[in-house]
Amino acid sequence: MPAEPLADRALPLPDVAARPDPAARGRRLPVVSLGIITIFVLVAILAPLLSPGDPGEQSLRNRFKPPVWMEGGSSRHLLGTDRLGRDMLSRIVWGSRVSLTAGVVTVLLASAFGAAVGLVAGYHGGTVDAVLMRVTDATMSFPVILLALILAVTVGPSFTNVVVAIAVILWARYARVIRGQVLTLMGLDFIAQARIAGAGAWRIITRHLFPNTLNTLVVLVTLQIGYVIIVEASLSFLGAGIPPPTPAWGSMISEGREFVTSAWWVSGLPGLAILLVVLAFNLLGDWLRDTLDPKLRQL
Amino acid sequence: MIRFVVSRVLQSLVALAILSVVVFILARATGDPLQLILPMSATPEEYAEARHYLGLDRPYVEQYLSFVGRAVTGDFGNSLRARRPVIELIQERLPNSLRLAAFAMGISLSIAFPLGILAAVKKGTGLDRTAQVIAVLGQSLPTFWVAIVLVEVVAGRLQWLPAGGNQGFTSYVLPGFTLGWFVVAGMMRLLRSGMLEVLDSEYVKLARVKGVVEHRVVWMHALKNALIPVVTFAGIYFSILVTTAIVVETVFAWPGLGRLAYEGISSRDFPVIQAVVLTTAAIVAVVNLSVDCLYAVIDPRIRHAR
Repeated sequence: MPAEPLADRALPLPDVAARPDPAARGRRLPVVSLGIITIFVLVAILAPLLSPGDPGEQSLRNRFKPPVWMEGGSSRHLLGTDRLGRDMLSRIVWGSRVSLTAGVVTVLLASAFGAAVGLVAGYHGGTVDAVLMRVTDATMSFPVILLALILAVTVGPSFTNVVVAIAVILWARYARVIRGQVLTLMGLDFIAQARIAGAGAWRIITRHLFPNTLNTLVVLVTLQIGYVIIVEASLSFLGAGIPPPTPAWGSMISEGREFVTSAWWVSGLPGLAILLVVLAFNLLGDWLRDTLDPKLRQL
Repeated sequence: MIRFVVSRVLQSLVALAILSVVVFILARATGDPLQLILPMSATPEEYAEARHYLGLDRPYVEQYLSFVGRAVTGDFGNSLRARRPVIELIQERLPNSLRLAAFAMGISLSIAFPLGILAAVKKGTGLDRTAQVIAVLGQSLPTFWVAIVLVEVVAGRLQWLPAGGNQGFTSYVLPGFTLGWFVVAGMMRLLRSGMLEVLDSEYVKLARVKGVVEHRVVWMHALKNALIPVVTFAGIYFSILVTTAIVVETVFAWPGLGRLAYEGISSRDFPVIQAVVLTTAAIVAVVNLSVDCLYAVIDPRIRHAR
């Protein structure tokens, strides 16, 4: 009797893959993350309507009022007040504008530039690729926060500087990843066929290569919005971000720093806001990666 | 292999050269340092004299070349504020930063490893989800906020650990944890997906068929191969650590490079800024280089890949 192939024998293997696939569960739409993001986006857009008061209005008689659910809280200040008696809820509502715009604008700028560099480098190869990739390497070894601090000292802290400083460093990540993808794509038949059909560089890059890197781009953009929001907040915290009196979550945390044990809400609530938004973007990004392109796990 | 290493070393050097030009320009863009050094009453003659003394009146190209020439030998000039050789400041601060980074890396590895392996082996269970939540929380919490809460609560209210400075081992715990937790997510995710992939591979199935006990399968066969992607990304984690360290060192008053950079920038001390940025970049480059070489050793495909 011929030996039965191993694989055909019914062995009770402790097969991990046979357990219910968590990826399938993961692919359900991340309702909570989307919900949180939608709410914060709406809050940012409708800040003038939703904010119960003026975020800059001071009232020294009402300093350190706790949130409404704590003893001594009042419904006039639902989330309490800070060191200068400013309404926390209004400040958090207005602060969402800073964080979300900084996150989205920076990442869009960086990804557009980085993707362009990556596409060109990957398409041309050779010297063009080598030069662009060395510049990319140099950029990646420059700490974002240092550059932003230098800019803040040079031209003064402002929203634009924060966005520019972060974007100027962040693009390198996109260039790297997109170039890697383009290199793989360039070896595929459809590019060769497009060439034979007479397509020029511009057409191949925009019509053939770019659409095939979109999935990666979307995943990376989503994952990096959270990171940028944290970097922006860190800069505001260090005094190099959005200057006061504009309410920014990072600087609010910094202002409440000494009162963490006596009036936790002053820095605790903006911290919670950052946590919620960043967590939502990270979870959404994870979900997008698993759904669109599971091979991107290293992003 | 030698060709691979040589070309990678050259690439890193080119990247550092590009960076040195950018740093040189940026440092000069921070404004006139003399305004901060000289007294308010200084006359234009005194300005000119100080400018000449510091070599700031020479053409930029000449200043750059002499800066690079001396930087290569470790001479970054004198700090405008501390009036001491910058290299001395770096030598004082760098070991502190490296020790903190190593400690943080150790903490993140010791969180990411058990979590990643557990999540992969218990895929789809509550444990898996809990592990992922712990990891993604670390990535989503602003480090400076974690730092403040730890300083105020653990060091301030409870007085368990020192709040700042470097007074021995206990001082490492809070900043190290703050830094380390931030990169756990990335590492754990790589390890988990790597483990899942390997556990599903033919040779692991064969090992099981052969009757290898489960813990040997997990620890000997699977983990070794699941580590490769983690190793390749060690460089990226390291550069994230370096960037984040500026914030963490500032909150914990840690006498490291990050704080030196922050101080240098706020006093427009550009010899210090140049030196810190270049040192940091050189370290990141060396780490990336070693990671790439290590990767090429582990995975021969890389050596020959274009």
